[in-house]
Amino acid sequence: MNKNDLLYLDTHEWVFIEGNKAKVGISSYAAMHLGDIVFFDLPEVGQSFKKGDVFAAVESVKSASDLYLPLTGKVVSVNAALSDEPQLVNEDPFDNFIIEIELSHPEEAKSLLSVDDYEATL
Amino acid sequence: MTRKYYDKLIFELSKPGRIGHNIPKDEFPSISLPKSFLRQTPANLPEVTELDVVRHYTNVSLKNFGVETGFYPLGSCTMKYNPKINDELATLPGFSNIHPLQPNHVSQGFLQIYFELATYLSKITGMDAYSLNTYAGAQGELAGLMIIKKYHRDRNDFKRNKIIIPDSAHGTNPASATVAGFEVLEVKSNLDGTINVAALKDALDDTVAGLMLTNPNTVGMFEKDILEVADLIHDCGGLLYYDGANLNALLGIARPGDMGFDITHLNLHKTFSTPHGGGGPGSGPVGVKDFLKDYIPGPVVYKSTENYIFETPKDTIGALSQFYGNASVYIRAYVYIRTLGEENIGKIGPLATLNANYIKESLKHVFKLPIKAHAMHEFVFDGLSDQSTGIKTLDVAKRLLDYGIHAPTIYFPLTFSQSLMIEPTEGESLETLDYFIETMQTIAQDALTKPEFIKSAPHHTVVRRLDEAKAARNPIVKFKDL
Amino acid sequence: MHKYLPHTKNDIAHMLKVIGIENIDDLTAYLPKSLKYSKAYGIPNQLSDVELSKVLLNLSNKNKSLTIFRGFGAYDVYTPSIVKSLTSRQEFLSSYTPYQPEVSQGTLQYIFEFQSMICEITGMDITNASMYDGPTATAEAMFMALAETKNKKVLISDTLNPRTIEIIQTYGQYRDVEFVRIPEVNGVTNLDNLGELLDNAAAVIIQNPNKYGHIENLDGLSEHIHAKNALFILNQNPQSLALLKTPAELGVDIATGDLQPFGLPLSFGGAYAGYLATTKKLIRKMPGRICGVTTDVDGKRAFVLTLQAREQHIRRAKANSNICSNQSLMALSVAIYLSSLGKQGFIDVAHLSLNAAHYLKQSLLQLDLFEDTFKRVHFNEFTLKFHGDAKKLDSYLIDHGFLGPMHLGQGLLTFAVTEKRSKLEIDNFVKVVGMFK
Repeated sequence: MNKNDLLYLDTHEWVFIEGNKAKVGISSYAAMHLGDIVFFDLPEVGQSFKKGDVFAAVESVKSASDLYLPLTGKVVSVNAALSDEPQLVNEDPFDNFIIEIELSHPEEAKSLLSVDDYEATL
Repeated sequence: MTRKYYDKLIFELSKPGRIGHNIPKDEFPSISLPKSFLRQTPANLPEVTELDVVRHYTNVSLKNFGVETGFYPLGSCTMKYNPKINDELATLPGFSNIHPLQPNHVSQGFLQIYFELATYLSKITGMDAYSLNTYAGAQGELAGLMIIKKYHRDRNDFKRNKIIIPDSAHGTNPASATVAGFEVLEVKSNLDGTINVAALKDALDDTVAGLMLTNPNTVGMFEKDILEVADLIHDCGGLLYYDGANLNALLGIARPGDMGFDITHLNLHKTFSTPHGGGGPGSGPVGVKDFLKDYIPGPVVYKSTENYIFETPKDTIGALSQFYGNASVYIRAYVYIRTLGEENIGKIGPLATLNANYIKESLKHVFKLPIKAHAMHEFVFDGLSDQSTGIKTLDVAKRLLDYGIHAPTIYFPLTFSQSLMIEPTEGESLETLDYFIETMQTIAQDALTKPEFIKSAPHHTVVRRLDEAKAARNPIVKFKDL
Repeated sequence: MHKYLPHTKNDIAHMLKVIGIENIDDLTAYLPKSLKYSKAYGIPNQLSDVELSKVLLNLSNKNKSLTIFRGFGAYDVYTPSIVKSLTSRQEFLSSYTPYQPEVSQGTLQYIFEFQSMICEITGMDITNASMYDGPTATAEAMFMALAETKNKKVLISDTLNPRTIEIIQTYGQYRDVEFVRIPEVNGVTNLDNLGELLDNAAAVIIQNPNKYGHIENLDGLSEHIHAKNALFILNQNPQSLALLKTPAELGVDIATGDLQPFGLPLSFGGAYAGYLATTKKLIRKMPGRICGVTTDVDGKRAFVLTLQAREQHIRRAKANSNICSNQSLMALSVAIYLSSLGKQGFIDVAHLSLNAAHYLKQSLLQLDLFEDTFKRVHFNEFTLKFHGDAKKLDSYLIDHGFLGPMHLGQGLLTFAVTEKRSKLEIDNFVKVVGMFK
């Protein structure tokens, strides 16, 4: 995925919208600051979250962070590769999504940051 | 002579049939338990001789660095000497062999120590009563927070659900608050780590149960506004809690009780020289002002005419220990206080402060000093002054190990991104401090002239930098997993 | 001067010069006048080592030395000589948390060995570097269950040691926990009507052997508990696990208990240590420090604290537990003890205690003072009904140099016997009891 095609939260999550579905991940800034990622605490498929809810947690050797959902939706898939190789997100944070959701309020995308607006916050 | 790296696990020394014990012969009729109660396979414990056990753990110990190995300036841990006389007297048979449920009238020696120690701690800290039953600082905090909760509830005030904690606080503070059922409200500190009074004022309302503070704070600065802060929290109806981790700075200088603190906890394994033990057992007594004396965790010792008795305080928050806490630890603290006595306890704060500031002034040209004012018993550098070669605090810490010095606390407090928190303690001589200073100057110099060598330190320890990510991704936590 | 304070006048003068001040007080000149404490503390003057030794010896002599037949959480077990000598090594005693693993391989290695031994004894997948004691470990297990199941109800058997129940309830008192008691029947937990109680439960907490010393029959219990999505927490005397079915075999989710029976001195109730062991599934909910294996840059095997992202210094307000310092040196003590006992010695000591306890019980029953009302299977602790004045018996026994049984109320007396009680001591004790009027 190209980082320029994504929308962002100022808490460093990105979202890639395809129709009524969206993939969610974290930015390279987040991945770099976390350091070596060792674990993802992922939600179950079928769970629903509101925009801004904590949907997952990421652990590195020295820290743990909550991940916030950019858009309201229901989890349709999680990136299974991350259970064995959480460091994939360090290697390529934009190519390795964390979860995929089905959107219930796609109009919420209007409030997300463009890549330029997000990078300006850094 | 370089010693070969000892890398055996006790299980790897095992040989079936070997024993290391000398237990009594069984002279009793043999009893069999019903088969359905029995385990299917025995526990695979090692089978080794006594010499194997002794040699093994002796060699394992040699891979460790203790206070007696060398300088150990771990900030906020107060790594002072653990006197041998404390160990010897605290483990006399008349203490070691006594059952905790032995009646009071035949345990007066222990009860007297409990009472007297609680009294000494009260006088030194300006509080009115102590329970010695809490096992560690974190548990003392938990007790203190539960006291706050119960105090408000007993006055029918159920809306106070928040505890205010500065963002420079130790992690146990917010964690303890959560365990006690509070919400944590973090308040930003000033640049020198002290509490921002304006931010505090904004946060205060009638949902605040209390404020937790360390004084001096985690960057070694005295909270100069403490009297005003105490008034503010009390005026809004809350209580003020003292995290005693840094009490060493105050001995002979000031008392938390006089500053307006209502509840304190102490760390006997820090301020009062009891051994750190590699991570415990410690002791975290909780102290209170008179109006809270019936809330402390019991049972505690009271004096009744000429006898000492254990009794549960009448409004106690409850029980936090199976018996009376880590007795063998706090008996050591008792011995320590009596070794120093009135004449010397008050010298500790000033000398610890002198040592810390001496190091600070001697190194402030080669390390970044974010807070210029006089520190108390510890202070913080924010990494090297010259970081042009990319040498970080972590690298400095690892390189110190090569010189037989334990690294200071690193990356805490979170206030500065390259924190190096140095606490020498009062027991270290000028010669030791000068060795440390010279070493740090050398490292700062080497950081510029041979950065790769510093980046790959340590070089002379039994193992070098570890792959912590591997350990976390694929945890191997027992011998069976190997 | 004092032996712990090295500063000479010249040292101080030099240091003041370097700092650029006139005297030490200048360092705290900012202190508000009202806070500067310049009075005496009112504590005793310093004692020399000679005086100190006399004072402490005198205090220790005021604690009467008794032959012990009481347990109830603390057992008069033998501490092998090597335990004290090895744990006194300064590298173990005076080191702290292994934040710099390169110079803490000693601590980390013994923690790893300790973890391995506890997992062997309990059969569980993982354990930590120790907890404060058995009861607080059980309270922390409760927190794990509350976090994992998101339920608020905790079932506790009436046969737990009352102090343990008190501690669990103290820990949970401000966390919105609904405590429900499972009644006892004839000296064990009544598991008959558990079905209804289990609805919306987070955990069931049982103690084995229980407060009477009775061994509970827990076969099949885990299936019922898991069917209702609750967790099974078992608090067990680890010495009994030399013989009894392991928590793992019983399907327990979190095994806890106190390690004092593994050679930790009685010492007025501390320092002891607790264990908490659990399944792979619950690893990230487990409190405390965990040591794992890794390699260093040269490929050498090494030990390191791992999964630290669970702990207070990282999670802060979001942590499941606030535990930081634990009872590390006692964990070392236990590792040394278990190494010296070894695979067979561990079993032999347990058998010895079991046999000695039964011998005492049979001997006491031959006196006309006691009744075995429960007739239950037990380990090294058992309960008899006494028809006389229990308080008077207690004083009488103390006068004769014995710490007698624990009185549970209603004439129920709980006796404990360890490998330190010889046949002669037991016969003498029974003789003295027999002469009680």
